[in-house]
Amino acid sequence: MLKFVLKRLGLALSQMFAISVLAFSLLYLAAGDIARTIMGENATQEQVALKRHELGLDQPLVERYVHWLTSALHGDLGTSYFTSQGVAQALWSRLPVTLTLLIGVTVLSGIVAFALGIAAGVRRGWLDKLVQLLSVLGYALPGFLAALFLVLTFSLNLGWLPATGFIPLTTSFTGWISTITLPIVALSLGPIASVAQQVRGAVIDVLRQDYIRTLRSRGLTEWEVILKHVVRNASGAGLTVLGLQFAGLLGGAIVVEQIFALPGLGTVAITYTSRGDIPVVMGLLLVTSLIVAVVNLLVDVGVGLLNPKVRVA
Amino acid sequence: MSGPIPSAPSVRPVRADSAARRFVRNPLAMGAVVILVVLVLASAFAPLLTDQGPNFSSLRQAFLAPFSPNHLLGTDSVGRDLLSRILFGGRISLLGAVLALGVAALIGIPAGLLAGYYAGWFDSVSVWSSNLVQSLPGIVVLLAVRAVLGPSIWISMTVYGVILSPGFYRVVRTSVINVRKELYVDAARVSGLSDAAIIGRHILTVVRAPTIIQAALLTGIALAIQSGLEFLGVGDNSVPSWGNILNEGFRNIYREPVMLVWPSLAIGLTCAALVILGNGLRDALEEHGTSSGRSRRRRRARAAAAEPAVSAAEPAETFAIPGSGAISAAPAPERPVDLDALLVVRGLTVGYGSDDSLKVVVHDLDLHVREGEVLGLVGESGSGKTQTAFSVLGLLPAGGRVLSGSITFRGHEVIGLPATRLRRLRGDGFAYIPQEPMSNLDPSFRIGSQLVAPMRRKLGIGKAEAEQRALALLERVGIREPRRTFDAYPHQISGGMAQRVLIAGAVSCNPQLLIADEPTTALDVTVQAEVLSLLRDLQREYRMGIVLVTHNFGVVADICDRVAVMQNGTIVETADVETIFASPRHPYTQMLLGATLEGAPSRVALDAAREALS
Repeated sequence: MLKFVLKRLGLALSQMFAISVLAFSLLYLAAGDIARTIMGENATQEQVALKRHELGLDQPLVERYVHWLTSALHGDLGTSYFTSQGVAQALWSRLPVTLTLLIGVTVLSGIVAFALGIAAGVRRGWLDKLVQLLSVLGYALPGFLAALFLVLTFSLNLGWLPATGFIPLTTSFTGWISTITLPIVALSLGPIASVAQQVRGAVIDVLRQDYIRTLRSRGLTEWEVILKHVVRNASGAGLTVLGLQFAGLLGGAIVVEQIFALPGLGTVAITYTSRGDIPVVMGLLLVTSLIVAVVNLLVDVGVGLLNPKVRVA
Repeated sequence: MSGPIPSAPSVRPVRADSAARRFVRNPLAMGAVVILVVLVLASAFAPLLTDQGPNFSSLRQAFLAPFSPNHLLGTDSVGRDLLSRILFGGRISLLGAVLALGVAALIGIPAGLLAGYYAGWFDSVSVWSSNLVQSLPGIVVLLAVRAVLGPSIWISMTVYGVILSPGFYRVVRTSVINVRKELYVDAARVSGLSDAAIIGRHILTVVRAPTIIQAALLTGIALAIQSGLEFLGVGDNSVPSWGNILNEGFRNIYREPVMLVWPSLAIGLTCAALVILGNGLRDALEEHGTSSGRSRRRRRARAAAAEPAVSAAEPAETFAIPGSGAISAAPAPERPVDLDALLVVRGLTVGYGSDDSLKVVVHDLDLHVREGEVLGLVGESGSGKTQTAFSVLGLLPAGGRVLSGSITFRGHEVIGLPATRLRRLRGDGFAYIPQEPMSNLDPSFRIGSQLVAPMRRKLGIGKAEAEQRALALLERVGIREPRRTFDAYPHQISGGMAQRVLIAGAVSCNPQLLIADEPTTALDVTVQAEVLSLLRDLQREYRMGIVLVTHNFGVVADICDRVAVMQNGTIVETADVETIFASPRHPYTQMLLGATLEGAPSRVALDAAREALS
């Protein structure tokens, strides 16, 4: 198991490294004359050259990357071109809100999708048809449209929940719940649809396996067979899809944060990218891909724990 | 939102005309096509449908409600006509999505073909890259692109095409790998066709269907991402797109929420239609039935491999007994049924399917097993032996049911018993040894826990005691290192050991009746003899009655007291083992015996039979 985890960790690190190299070089190569952009059209050549030197942009790309990477490994992601704020601090202060959403969506969609998928796979019949139909709808509806629909219904028409704003958990628990419920529900529909679909398929498949018949022949109760053996063998598929969804989910969170005016990574992303603030953009790419990489690693380890055969591969 | 890239649909090529017919008959899919066609045409012919420019603003006409004169859908905050903006916006949005799709196809399809066909280093590199791209958060990348290259929708959709390309790559690669294993591709290669010709002629036809399905789904994802990005307000605001019309509506959500409706409808309908279209195409193009032909063929091959002795030794046509109709018309063989026996089966009829397409697999079958008696249930594959065994256990596969007859165990009727009552009989009343050892152990649980759980439930003993018993049982069935096997997962032990574990599991709760379904068939010849002698020893030790399902008369001679010969779902002859070998009465029995005697591996069985008789 340790070997398996280390192998996966190595893979994740190699991908993180590749992403950082690609992003760094492409961003700086595509950006053009950054110092000129910052100083504006009216600045003199000397002023621009001075700025270029100040930002270290007169050094070769490779050297700049190595410098960036060493700092990044020490937790320093550089400084914003425009606000002189530390990138790491800017992202760090916004991360909790986005992470709250992501964890909330994972928990909610995990529970609902597994419950629906298992019920549909075991009971079949009308319940199965209903889950299939809901899956198509949930899959087809983009998260931000669902969010808009929820805002119109529950905030503007019914007035049950606030349309915008964020109340930290430390301030008020009920306030916190009321501000994150709608975004989490909106973002969960897609993952619920695809994970439920996968779990359902896997449950149907596992129920046809020979070992299920043998376990039943030993006199185990139906609950034991389903909750222990069927669920464990079927959950790898659902977990894998949840992992595959995660990159998309993160993008969805950034859009949905805007609808509910939540102070997460989305605000940083939009403000700084419109200005072309490359250190912030680079930091954002690094942090978001890191989140995805960590989640995928966790999913891999989880699937490995569930299925001993995977660990050998 | 961007959703995962849908996993490879398992699709087999089918005749195009029947697929088209199936598709047209699917009302949901046809509805999706109509919606898409209307949206595309309306966008394409926007200038003909409205005489108002999408960017013509008139502040005096701002925030007009829908159905105002000249403004069917109303106007936005600067008085631009919403209908015109939606129509012209459709051009940008749909073209943008198609651009992303085109780029994705251009990268993903060739890469998938090359990786699947040539494998090797290109495959490893491209799988790694595809995983890398798939772990990128799409929206963040597009925001980064916007930061350095500006807000053009065409640039962002081109980049998104690259991010989408694994969607095509994976599907194409999987299909190519599957088809490369097929025989006709080898044949084409042997006959001297070039790689390009093989890809063109054989591979592309197989890749076509999954690629089309995937295209519909990926277009929907591209449109969703594009609208999300434009909705953030970081896009190009000089041209209308559904996303930025939505953004404009959202900024006025308190004043005029109805403005949100039109772009939402356009985006939502298109995305939903594309998903439904994709599903409809999958249903139409997939081979009829649930599993693909390939896996079915593989399963059949495995089943055939599992039944070597009779079916392999003897050509199949010998089983089509000449004049078998005359035999079934002959007077029914006597039915000696001992009503006080441990297990009594009378008139059992088992069928599959619904009433209008019923397939009867066991017909009016009688048998009985006394305490401590071993009954061999013999017949070729497909004769209904296993279905009979499953009926006794109450574990017929889905779709199968007992149509009539009675099964009594220790004098109590089992058929029609509620599931909970029936479950109480399993494990300690009757137990089951399956044919295929490896597929009958749950791969995710340690062997020990699979032995302990039933004992704790059936015998009501504690964990430690159950563990002790399990270890003793493992030792009893001849496993040298019980502790190690107890802690092992099924994939870590051999087939012979797995069968011993299954036997240990079957006898763990002291059953009175053991149903063994070809318990030695899947094992090596040397292991077969050991397992059989173990079974015989255990039978004497526990005084169990056994129904031994087999096609092998060697096994019968070795262990059985009595034999019931089955053909076409019914028993044609029942007799003591000596009588069967000495003077088989039914021609089918004679033929089966003949087949066994002629087969090379059965020489051993013959000797065993002689020994048993002497």
